Amino acid sequence: MSDRWCVTRNGVAVALRDVPDLSLDVMSADVVAAVSAGARLGCWSGDGEGRIVAVLVDDAAGELRVARARVGDRYPSLTPSCPQAHLFERELAEQFGPVAVGHPWFKPVRSHARWTPGPDAWGRAADMPIVPGVVETFRVEGEDVHEVAVGPVHAGVIEPGHFRFQCHGEQVFHLEIQLGYQHRGIERAAVGGPHPQTLHQMEAAAGDTTVGHTWAHCLVLEALADVAPPPVAQDLRATMLELERLANHVGDLGALAGDVGFQPTASFNGRLRGDFLNLTAALCGSRLGRGMLRPGGVRFGADEARRRDMTHRLHAARRDVTGSVELLFHTPSVAARFERVGIVRPEEATAAGLVGVARRACGTAVDARHDHPVGAWLQTRVDPAICGEGDVQSRAWVRWLEICDSLELVDRLLARPLDGELRVPMPSLRPDHLAIGLIEGWRGPVLHLGLTGPDGRLTRYKVVDPSFHNWMGLALALRDEQISDFPLCNKSFNLSYCGYDL
Amino acid sequence: MKVALFERLSQGHQTSRYPAVLPALPDRLRGRPTVDAAKCPPQCRVCVDACGVQAIALDPMTERPNPRVDLGKCLFCGDCEEACPTAALRFGPEHRLATSRREHLTVQQGHEYALAEQLGAELMRLYGRSLKLRVVSAGGCNGCEVDVNVLGTIGWDLGRFGISYAASPRHADGMLVCGPVTRNMELAVRKTWQAIPDPKICIAVGACAIAGGPFAGHPEQLGGAAAVVPVDLFVPGCPPHPLTILDGLLRLLGKVRG
Ligand code: SF4
Repeated sequence: MSDRWCVTRNGVAVALRDVPDLSLDVMSADVVAAVSAGARLGCWSGDGEGRIVAVLVDDAAGELRVARARVGDRYPSLTPSCPQAHLFERELAEQFGPVAVGHPWFKPVRSHARWTPGPDAWGRAADMPIVPGVVETFRVEGEDVHEVAVGPVHAGVIEPGHFRFQCHGEQVFHLEIQLGYQHRGIERAAVGGPHPQTLHQMEAAAGDTTVGHTWAHCLVLEALADVAPPPVAQDLRATMLELERLANHVGDLGALAGDVGFQPTASFNGRLRGDFLNLTAALCGSRLGRGMLRPGGVRFGADEARRRDMTHRLHAARRDVTGSVELLFHTPSVAARFERVGIVRPEEATAAGLVGVARRACGTAVDARHDHPVGAWLQTRVDPAICGEGDVQSRAWVRWLEICDSLELVDRLLARPLDGELRVPMPSLRPDHLAIGLIEGWRGPVLHLGLTGPDGRLTRYKVVDPSFHNWMGLALALRDEQISDFPLCNKSFNLSYCGYDL
Repeated sequence: MKVALFERLSQGHQTSRYPAVLPALPDRLRGRPTVDAAKCPPQCRVCVDACGVQAIALDPMTERPNPRVDLGKCLFCGDCEEACPTAALRFGPEHRLATSRREHLTVQQGHEYALAEQLGAELMRLYGRSLKLRVVSAGGCNGCEVDVNVLGTIGWDLGRFGISYAASPRHADGMLVCGPVTRNMELAVRKTWQAIPDPKICIAVGACAIAGGPFAGHPEQLGGAAAVVPVDLFVPGCPPHPLTILDGLLRLLGKVRG
């Protein structure tokens, strides 16, 4: 990778004058070279001032590299030589207008009007209403080929999204996913902030990842303000993050069991998920972890009696989860439905830039807690849990390995003193700086990027939920599968709509 | 070889005995707030300034401050409680929060909180023993959906009260909305409502669906379900505790009182 780029680390701010302004050709070529050498494109977004800010995540070196470049109304698309840029380029066009010439499937992401004045990337007039979901979709033609359209509202308590399947009988040739229904303007609203409501919006970027997003947000603000939360707060944040992982992974294994009609684990885990949510509430009063993480630290500590009570409940839940999940994995009819279904091959996962559980299920050992540690992860080593087949079974198994690890981690964290100094005051943010926060949430890495202007206010705030990278993985997993396996494959990814739509 | 039956016995009976017995709630749960205005120092407006979503207001007429909390806007984050210098404003353990009218979602000293009322006689005759709801997620954070969903698990077993979630609006008696109703979901919410046969009810769950929640004021959203359809039950919280949602549903059906 080129040494033209500014090298930084997770949660370490850099002055904007140290971030090089490259020519777009050079920056694009560097991205292609770095990604083919194993880095991941973490961000390729407009800064609101006519530039693209690019972040390369180098997991092996534990480094983040940043550069920027001016962009006009049109530029040669990066996607043909770097497929993981596909969605970033569409997002950039929708938010700020630059057309990625040569992008193979150039369409809007979230169905909203351009943020800044100027021509629309798709030539739509400024007063033209934007109707969500009314976009071109890929179509397979030929005799007996048919199209199945599902959503935005689905048959269950699920978020909205539109799915188009191109099928031949049961067989799916192609699945196209069109989201944007949950778009509520989080990134746009953060500009000029942080505002009083910004923190609450970050807590609600994706409710099931409240801790992951809020921690990433706090990390960015703390880096920009140059403060470090007290060690106890770091341990409490880690405890919260692992409880969030436990609740979601346990819930997901139950939902997967439900999708193959294996009722015992579906029922047990539905209840056990609640036990982990309740442990989160025991710390902070909210089952989703709302109101706990605050820039500068955390709100609530845990004295010995509380830690003892929580440990006791953790052990009881561990017993029941182990029994329930062993039952799932020891049942041959479940294995028959999980194995060799919804396969994503490792080279596809790399090309598409998949992250988190879905990536580890293709055999790649990446985990931000291990590769880019902050806070408690600096002392507590976490090894990535991997499994190599890329199918539903692998994604389920990675979750189980992580459940075991998180149970152990929470047990150890609860043995440490968790009260005392919880928070340090937050000074104002340093002007003209940039910082990146990267937290391994339960789905995968949550990346937040903040830039400040001369007045120390945010000029741009970017949120990248792991789902942003991984929806493509679901589309790939469905290729040549039966359409009846869609619910199972979908659940094995369990991606966020609101985290993607923002 | 694991045997399902043994595991079933070992996991035991796990359904809450609510409403006969109130389940244990976390001691730090932030339920309905209380205001003891006698403790408010003159000219104090700390709580108003601490709130990130402008849920607290002071009456300009009164001499001493008497903060009024709009539970429809409130995220129950506790920032005001933490900031209050005299512990005049506190969140209590009270989980009963749902109301029949938007303006009833007010907490202020000297103001009695009016909980949700039972449906009218005709709706009770139709839905008192069986209520099927179509859940529409319309632009929130999926947090309310988490706690709506949880009522369907064995821990709560919503079905024993005759309430269930329907997979099609045609099979539903009402709509349950989460989220502030984004512009991009407006049409879908309207169409869902139209597809539900009359007579029907609408339930707004969470701060988003009541007043836009943390996204209130954004042009990308409409500020809640009532902007699109008439709402019969408001369940505040961000998200509401499952028990708060259940309490609201059961009040509507006359299955809990008091
Ligand atoms: S009210 Fe709160 S928990 Fe519910 S959807 Fe809105 S932001 Fe999420």
